[in-house]
Amino acid sequence: MIFDYIEIFILTFCEQLITKEEGLVLYEDMILGRFFEDMCAQMYYRGKMFGFVHLYNGQEAVSTGFIKFLKKEDYVVSTYRDHVHALSKGVPAREVMSELFGKATGCCRGQGGSMHMFSKQHNLLGGFAFIGEGIPVATGAAFSSKYRREVLKEPGADEVTLAFFGDGTCNNGQFYECLNMAALWKLPIVFVVENNLWAIGMSHLRATSDPQIWKKGPAFGMPGIHVDGMDVLKVREVAKEAIERARRGEGPTLVECETYRFRGHSLADPDELRDPESVSSLAAEKAHYAGRDPITALKKYLFDNKLASEQELKAIDKKIEELLDEAVEFADESPLPPRSQLLENVFADPKGFGIGPDGKYRCEDPKFTQGTAHV
Amino acid sequence: MLRAIRHKNILPAFSAFRAFSSSAKEMTVREALNSALDEEMSADPKVFLMGEEVGEYQGAYKITKGLLDKYGPERVLDTPITEEMALICLLNILQAGFTGIGVGAAYYGLRPVVEFMTFNFSMQAIDHIINSAAKSNYMSAGQISVPIVFRGPNGAAAGVGAQHSQCYAAWYASCPGLKVLSPYSSEDARGLLKAAIRDPDPVVFLENELLYGESFPVSAEVLDSSFCLPIGKAKIEREGKDVTITAFSKMVGYALKAAEILAKEGISAEVINLRSIRPLDRSTINASVRKTNRLVTVEEGFPQHGVGAEICTSVIEESFGYLDAPVERIAGADVPMPYAANLERMAVPQVEDIVRAAKRACYRSVPLAATA
Repeated sequence: MIFDYIEIFILTFCEQLITKEEGLVLYEDMILGRFFEDMCAQMYYRGKMFGFVHLYNGQEAVSTGFIKFLKKEDYVVSTYRDHVHALSKGVPAREVMSELFGKATGCCRGQGGSMHMFSKQHNLLGGFAFIGEGIPVATGAAFSSKYRREVLKEPGADEVTLAFFGDGTCNNGQFYECLNMAALWKLPIVFVVENNLWAIGMSHLRATSDPQIWKKGPAFGMPGIHVDGMDVLKVREVAKEAIERARRGEGPTLVECETYRFRGHSLADPDELRDPESVSSLAAEKAHYAGRDPITALKKYLFDNKLASEQELKAIDKKIEELLDEAVEFADESPLPPRSQLLENVFADPKGFGIGPDGKYRCEDPKFTQGTAHV
Repeated sequence: MLRAIRHKNILPAFSAFRAFSSSAKEMTVREALNSALDEEMSADPKVFLMGEEVGEYQGAYKITKGLLDKYGPERVLDTPITEEMALICLLNILQAGFTGIGVGAAYYGLRPVVEFMTFNFSMQAIDHIINSAAKSNYMSAGQISVPIVFRGPNGAAAGVGAQHSQCYAAWYASCPGLKVLSPYSSEDARGLLKAAIRDPDPVVFLENELLYGESFPVSAEVLDSSFCLPIGKAKIEREGKDVTITAFSKMVGYALKAAEILAKEGISAEVINLRSIRPLDRSTINASVRKTNRLVTVEEGFPQHGVGAEICTSVIEESFGYLDAPVERIAGADVPMPYAANLERMAVPQVEDIVRAAKRACYRSVPLAATA
C-alpha cells in the first residue's frame, strides 16, 4: 500500500522542513512539557499533588508535533496522561499546576485533577481515566463539526479533532467501533496512537495479536501511518497531512507514533517490569529510547542546520524554568475550593437537585451548600 | 503455604470485640486475600485468575503477588485491556458444556476469578456481569450455573478523581442472580473470598484499596485453609444497646471509631459489619434494631437508591413498632467525587458525621444542616 512508504518519503524530504521561528516554537513547547512533568514529580513527592499522576516524559514529540498544527478552535481529546496535551493546546501552566494541587484556580477549579483536564476556551475535551473512553467523545466532537458545517450550514466550521490514546487502548472494543464510524461518515478526526509499548506493565507484544497498529486503519477504510514518534519533525509532517486531509473533508486517518515513556506508568508505579536490573533486555530498550530523546534530537537539528544558537535555547530553558517556578508559586498561594463549591457544577441547571420540603427548589435556598456529607 | 504473617507493631486504632480468643498473629487484608486465592487455587485446579496486571506485575495492588510463579501463566492470565472481551471469553469457557444441556453442564465448569483494577472499570463489562453471568442460571432454568468471582477495589481511594471513586455496591446488589460481598477485616477478606470462590453463583467481591495495607488480628481458625464464612450473614463487630449502626467495608472502621466517641458520651452503639450486601442479613439487622430501637446506616456511595435506603426500608417494614426515632442514612455526597483534597473529604462520610447522626437518632442534639 502506498501508505507503507510514507516514512520513506518523509526521510527524503527532511532537509529544511522548518523555519527558525517554527523551530523555536517547537523547542519551547517540548521543553515546557518536559520541565512541567519533572516539576510534577518533585511536587508529588513533596505531597503537594496526590492521587494518580501520569507523566509524559519522552513522548513530547507527539504532543508538540500534532497540537502545534491545530487552530484554537480544533479539538483535542486525551487520556489520563494529559498534562502536556493541555499545555500544548494552550492551557496556561499555572492553571494546570493549580488543578494538580487541587486549588480553586485550577482549570477545572480543583474538581477534576490530573486525569481530568478540560478547557472550553482552548477546546480541550478531557482528560479521561478509562482508556478508550475519550475516543468516542472525540468521534462525537468530529461529528458535531461536520454536522455544523453540513446541516447547520455554518461557514468556516471545519474544526478537526485529535484523539490521543495508547497501545493498550487498541485492544479495546470502543477503538474499533469508532474507527468504523469515523470512516463510514468521513469524520474530520485524526486517531493518534501513542504506542509506547507498555500498558502499565503489560507489554504491547504480549497483549496484541497483530502488534502493528497502523494496519488497522486500512481494515476500516482509512489510511494507517506509522511514524517515528521520537522525532518531532517527522511527526509534524505526518500531522500536517492528516490534519489537512481531515479539514478538507476527506475523512479520518490512523497515525501510529512509535514512542516511549521514560518514567513509569504513573508516579505510584514502581516500574518493576521495565527494570533493567531484573530484565536485561529492557536495559537495551531503555537505553535505545533514551538515546532518541526528542528534545535532544531537535536541538541537534537546530544546531546542525544553524537555526538556533546555544544561547537562544538556553534562554528558552531559563524562561520556561521561571514560568514554572511562578506557576508553582501561584498554585501554592491559591486558595482551596470553598465548601460551597462541593455542590456546584453537578448540573448545568441546579434545579436538578429537586424541590425541597418547603416547595421551592433546593438550589434557591442560600443555605443549600452548607450541608454535611449527606446532602 | 502462607507466605508471611508479619508481626506488625502497628495495631488498629480501635479494638473490636471478637468472638474467638485473641491471638498474637496479625495479617493485612492484602495478605488475607493473597492467601485465600493461593489456597483455593491449590485446592481446586479449576480455579484460575484473570485480569490486568495480575501476573507479571504481581497485581495492580499486589493482591495476586507470587501466584504467577506458583501456578504458571495458564492459571494466572494477564489480559489485554479488554474488560468486556475477557468476560465474554470466560463465560464461554464456563458454558463450554452447553452442548450437554440437561446433562450437568455446569459440572464441567471452570471457576474463574476476574480482577477489575477498580470496579469503575467493571462498567465496561457490566453488560456481561448482569446479562450473561447473573441471569444465566435463571434463563436456562438451572442448566447453566456461572461460578465466577469478580473482585477488585471499590469506592473512593485518595485523590483519584470522579472516574475512579464510585461505589458499586448498590448497583450490583439490586440485581437478582448476583451475590455481593464486601469484606472489612482480614478475617472477612479470607473467609468471604474463599466462600465466593467455592460458590456456584456469580459473586461480586467489593474490596477497598485503602484497607489493603491495614492489619488485623487473626486467630488460628481463620488461618486454617478450610476457613470459610457464610454468605448472607452479617457480623456484630461491637455490641451495644442504644443505637444500631450498620456499615460495610471501610466505613466499618469509621463506625467503630464513632462508637468509641459515642461511648464516652454515654451512648452505647452496636456496630454491624454487613459483610454481605446481597443477600442482606435482614434478620441480624432487625434483631439489633429491635434491641436498640434506633438505626443509622453508613455507606460511602451515593445516597439515592443506596444500600442504606434498602436497610432503612427493611427495618421500617419489619420493625416499625420498635423504632423510637426516625432512621438515619449517612452516605457520600450526591456529587461526582471531586479531586481537591478538602472537597473530597467533604464528599465522603467522616467519623464526625456518624457521631452526629447517632446523636440525632438518640435525640441528643445537633440539627440536620449543621456546618462541620
